[in-house]
Amino acid sequence: MQSRPLALTILDIVSIILLGISAYLALVFAPTELVMGDVQRVFYFHIGTAWTALMGFILAAVFSVTYLVSKDLKWDRLQVAAIEVSLVFFLITIVLGSIWARPAWNTWWTWDPRLTTAAVTELIYIAYFMLRQGIDDPERRARFGAVYALVGGLSAPITFFAIRLFRTIHPVVIGGSNAEAEGGFAMTAEMRVAFFFALFAFTVIFIDLFWNRIRLGELQEKVEQLKLKVTL
Amino acid sequence: MFLQTPTPDTSGYMIAGYVVSFVVMGLYVASIYLRNRNLNRDKAMLEEMDKPAPKKAKTVTKKSKKK
Repeated sequence: MQSRPLALTILDIVSIILLGISAYLALVFAPTELVMGDVQRVFYFHIGTAWTALMGFILAAVFSVTYLVSKDLKWDRLQVAAIEVSLVFFLITIVLGSIWARPAWNTWWTWDPRLTTAAVTELIYIAYFMLRQGIDDPERRARFGAVYALVGGLSAPITFFAIRLFRTIHPVVIGGSNAEAEGGFAMTAEMRVAFFFALFAFTVIFIDLFWNRIRLGELQEKVEQLKLKVTL
Repeated sequence: MFLQTPTPDTSGYMIAGYVVSFVVMGLYVASIYLRNRNLNRDKAMLEEMDKPAPKKAKTVTKKSKKK
C-alpha cells in the first residue's frame, strides 16, 4: 500500500468540515429569498462548483502547455486529474441549475447561450476521456490529450462570459446586471457570507480531490509499468 | 402589504438539489477509493509475480559426498 501523507488526511477532514459548514450557511444561516423561495439556496453550491470547475478546466489547459513543452508525463497526470474533478463539479453545476430553472423559468432546460455553452463544455470533456481511452501508447495519448485539453480550455471562458456577451435569461448576480434575466436577485449581507464561504469551501474540496486523483494516477502508472515488466 | 405575493414553497426543489450534490460527490469519492483499492491489489499481485523464483536446494547424494 502507498503511504498516505498526513497533510492529505488533514485536508480530507478539513474538506468534509468545510462542506458541512457551507451547507449549514446555505440552508440555515442565509435568509429565504422572497420571490423564489427556498430553491434560491441551491445558488451557493451552484456557483461554488461552477467556479472551481471552470478554474479546473483552465488549469488543465495550462498543464497541457507545460506537458507539450517539457514532454514530462507528470503534467499529463495533473491534467487528467484536473479535468476529471472539474467534470464532476460541472455536472453538479448543470444539474443544480436545471433544478433551479424549473420553478424560476418554468422549464428544466432551455437552449439559452449560457446553458448551451455549459452543456457543450461538459460534452467536450466527456469526449476527452473517450479520446484517451482509444489510445494505448502513453506518449501519444498524452500528446493528443494535451492538444485537446488546450483547445477545450477555450470553452471555460466562453461559458463564463456567455451571460455578459449575449442576450440571455440567465441572471448575472456578480459583477453586473442583465436586462433580460429572469430570476435575478440582490444579495443580503448573510447571503454574501454564505456565497463567499461556498466559493472558499469548494476551492479547498477541489484541491483535496485533485490531490487524491493525482495519487491515483501515479498508482495507475506504477501498475502499468509493473504489468509491462511481468509480461516481458 | 396586502398586495404582496406570498413566497412560493420551492423547498422540494432545494432538497432535490442538495441531495443530488451530495450523492454525486459521494459517488465520486467512492469511485476514487474503489479504483485505489483495486490498483493496490493489482500492484501487490504483480509484485508477487515479479519476484524471482526461489532457487532449488542442492540435494546431497553419495557421489557428491565422495568428491
